[in-house]
Amino acid sequence: MIVAENLGQTYTSGDRMLSVLSEISIEIAPEAFVAIVGPSGSGKTTLLGLLAGLDTPSSGRVSIDGTDLGSLTEEQRAQIRATMIGFVFQAFQLIPTLTALENVLVPVELANGGGRDATKRARELLDRVGLGDRLDHYPTQLSGGEQQRVALARAFANEPKILFADEPTGNLDAATGSDIIDLLVQLNEEQRTTLVLVTHDPALADRAHRVITLAGGRVTSDTDGAE
Amino acid sequence: MKLRFVLNMVVREARGTRRRLVLYVGAIALGVTALVAINSFRADVARSIREQSRTLLGADLEIRSRGELPDSVTALIDSMVAAGDRVSRIISLGSMVYVDRTGGSRLGQVRAVRGAFPFYGQIETQPANAWSRLQSGAYAIADPTLLVYLEARVGDTVQIGDARLEIIGTLTRVPGDIALEAAIGPRVYVPAEVIEGTSLLGQGSRARHAAYIALQDPDALQPFLNAYNARFEEWNVRYDTVAEREEDFTTVLDRLSRFLGLVGLMALLLGGTGIASAVHVYVREKIPTVATLRCLGATTKEASAIYLIQATLMGLGGSVVGAFLGLAVQRWLPNVLANFLPVSVSAHFHAEFLATGIGIGLWTALVFAALPLLTIRRISPLRALRADHEPTGRDPARWLVIGALLVTVVWLGIWQAPTRLEGMLFAAGVAVTGTALWTVAKLMTWATRRFFPSSAAYVVRQGVANLFRPHNQTVAVTVAIGFGLFLIATIDLVRRNLVAQFEIEGGGNTPNLVAFDVQRDQLQGVVDIFDGLGVQPRAVTPLISARISSINGVTVDALLEDSTVVRNRWPLTREYRHTYRDTMVETETLVAGSWWDEAAPSSDAVARVSIEEDIAEELQVSIGDHITWNIQGIEIESEIASVRVVDWARFSMNFFLVFEPGALDEAPQSVVVLARVENDTLRGIVQRDVVRAFPNVSMLDISVIMQALDAILGSATAAVRFVAMFSLACGIIVLLGAVAASRHQRLRESVLLRTLGARRSQIHRIIIVEYIALGALASLTGGGLAVGASWSLSRFFFDVPFQLAAGPLSALAFGATAITVLVGVLGSRSALTRPPLAVLRELPN
Repeated sequence: MIVAENLGQTYTSGDRMLSVLSEISIEIAPEAFVAIVGPSGSGKTTLLGLLAGLDTPSSGRVSIDGTDLGSLTEEQRAQIRATMIGFVFQAFQLIPTLTALENVLVPVELANGGGRDATKRARELLDRVGLGDRLDHYPTQLSGGEQQRVALARAFANEPKILFADEPTGNLDAATGSDIIDLLVQLNEEQRTTLVLVTHDPALADRAHRVITLAGGRVTSDTDGAE
Repeated sequence: MKLRFVLNMVVREARGTRRRLVLYVGAIALGVTALVAINSFRADVARSIREQSRTLLGADLEIRSRGELPDSVTALIDSMVAAGDRVSRIISLGSMVYVDRTGGSRLGQVRAVRGAFPFYGQIETQPANAWSRLQSGAYAIADPTLLVYLEARVGDTVQIGDARLEIIGTLTRVPGDIALEAAIGPRVYVPAEVIEGTSLLGQGSRARHAAYIALQDPDALQPFLNAYNARFEEWNVRYDTVAEREEDFTTVLDRLSRFLGLVGLMALLLGGTGIASAVHVYVREKIPTVATLRCLGATTKEASAIYLIQATLMGLGGSVVGAFLGLAVQRWLPNVLANFLPVSVSAHFHAEFLATGIGIGLWTALVFAALPLLTIRRISPLRALRADHEPTGRDPARWLVIGALLVTVVWLGIWQAPTRLEGMLFAAGVAVTGTALWTVAKLMTWATRRFFPSSAAYVVRQGVANLFRPHNQTVAVTVAIGFGLFLIATIDLVRRNLVAQFEIEGGGNTPNLVAFDVQRDQLQGVVDIFDGLGVQPRAVTPLISARISSINGVTVDALLEDSTVVRNRWPLTREYRHTYRDTMVETETLVAGSWWDEAAPSSDAVARVSIEEDIAEELQVSIGDHITWNIQGIEIESEIASVRVVDWARFSMNFFLVFEPGALDEAPQSVVVLARVENDTLRGIVQRDVVRAFPNVSMLDISVIMQALDAILGSATAAVRFVAMFSLACGIIVLLGAVAASRHQRLRESVLLRTLGARRSQIHRIIIVEYIALGALASLTGGGLAVGASWSLSRFFFDVPFQLAAGPLSALAFGATAITVLVGVLGSRSALTRPPLAVLRELPN
């Protein structure tokens, strides 16, 4: 359960105060599939960052499973990310010096130190995303779609409770994007993960259980989606 | 902390960084090389001197005096010989050496030997048996440089004074002599018999007599010295022991090598700045990776640890490589410093300097890497979501790092410098130089950007604009290369000004040929030879040797025994050389009293003298005081009529005391004749003819002094330049680092330009322009500061007028620019040769 209470975020830009988010209060139930949509600059990514504990809000609070993220130190928040949270990014964010397999292993090593079981699970996940034969390839040797598949495998490597995805299809063509969405939804269902994703893509938003629409830093609508 | 994760990442993140690794290792290795080499060498020198200490003197004890050893000493030595000690004597004097066959003549350092000197060590000659033959006939062994000067060869006959000697060999090594002595006065060893009784040892001779004693029981030395120390002083003789000689040399060479070590330290610190800039670039590239790792749950500590461990390993690697290179250079340093070494230095392994070198290298690498590494702590995981999210705020820990950096520089300076004060001065100098270089570099880049004409050709504008691409290293490279150039140019400019000063003093209208030891009855003959060759003697200066007999009626002995007055002993007991004349010379200024032409004539019995200010203070006398002189047995009383300040730095004949004319007319004296002869050949002929007619007369050609000075400064600067080269090499490494760092940007730009239709040759020219501009910035910065520094050094430290040697400076600047262009263009080759598509695929977004 993710709970956001009265979240606000302001940045100073030059000598101006820029309000990016204000008065956001939402609850996201376990195993929910929530899409955050809205025009550019509406604060979607900022909200995602706050919900994931990547940033601290100017006002309000976020708690995950009853733990107030604001009461934790940065290192404790890192610990929560390592054990409970997975990420998928628009720009894939694979680590360029690591092979596909090693990229997938990173969260496991961070959570519990890795080992032979971890490697086995990483191989299975890569197999699951269709890259079983490209374990030792480096990110530059993979296409965009392949890179995002590795990123998906990495996101699920640690059996996270929550998965945050930021425009996962934003850098991909329509067909590849669609494949990635299918894979993401399947994995999400298999692993019973809470999925929070930010997207511009109506096709992707349509598949969410719940769609939160932002505009000008405020929630303008919060509707149950398909199903 | 997940150690396993961190260690895994340390290894994985090292992939594809081979080029950078080499640069990083090189930057720290060069400084460590210099430090390990110089400090090991320093220990080698100390050890070699200790081991060969007895050969430094060739005996256990040396007793010497100006002029003949007093009878008391001779008696003492005779008694020692009777007791079984061995004694050898050497008379040293400056004398003309003349070769009939070639007509060459030159002032040499003649050493006339009697006995089995040296008792310890060996004088090495070519051929090897020459030394043992020396005293078996009318033979001479000379420095090879003397033979070159005289155009003579082994087998020729040389004339020294009235003696004619066959050259039977050349000197290879004389223990305890440094090779530079040969440059000042080339040595000629001869048997004592051949010059005893010649005019060379006659009246007014400046010969130095020494007795070398090898004791039967070396332990008897200290009791002997205790017994005779006071009496030696009384007899006006000086002595030297192995221990003193060893200490003198050790002290001098320790200082010399410690100063060289400071130059090496600069290379290390420059390498440190190279590392700082390399790590800065590296960390910038790693921002996305770190942000992603943070998203995936890595703590800031874990993320920082990855790169800190990498920096440590590379620093360690660089230090170890440098330390072992240092062992190689250590073996080579004795060649660089050969001219300063009194003993043959053999290289030994010094574990302590290897270890301290590695330790210091590692620490320096870490301290310099720490500042850019701190950035990692400020990288927010948000950066993975937003590419434009920059690390914000300043880390308070940076003050800690900056503090550690300052402490390190001061500590290293104190550790390496001869004294604590010099160490602090070094640190202050580094701070000032660093700040000045950085400021000038900043100003110049700013000015280039601000004032570069927009009407310039496109290729030129684009090339210059490349210097200001985002995250450029322009200032860092300018500082690094500028620093190397600064060091080398400053050393060179100062040396040139010192030499030029003597050229000025010796040039123009001042005399350049000096004939001394001319006896009064020879003066007319010498002047006639000058006249016959059309040379006009400029000045004829009489020289009278004298010692103080009493001051205001109190004898020297009484003055010395008076314990109520604190004074130095030497001014009372030394031998003075006086002259007399009716006018003051250019280098003198009257500060008290009046010159004779203005004063009333004194009584006939007391001669009026003018005294130099410092010696008056030493003697504790002032105007009106009386000094009685002993001039070869005759007492002459004088009254101080005036006090002068003398500019000793000027190349001129200066005197502590000048007598009024008339007073010393009848005293035993020799004469110095000065002349100016422009023509080199004529100068040679004058010398030859005078020496042939009057073998006791010595002639000094100022150009010979110039050569000697040049040789001394040349040796000194060669050593410093050798170490300064390490700094320039470090600068080039920083440049290589900067080229590597901008590789991606450069590739992207080149592809973009080629897509827009630029020809390969145009891109090539843009790159060349960029590096010419960079090299010019660095050269102007380093060269400009070198001018400032050498001006200050010349003006305030060496007290010589400053002249800008524009030619050599431009050559240095051009060289540095050429190297910059070469390195830059070679490093950018791939931007030209790789197909655009391949580049686009490889480049990250």
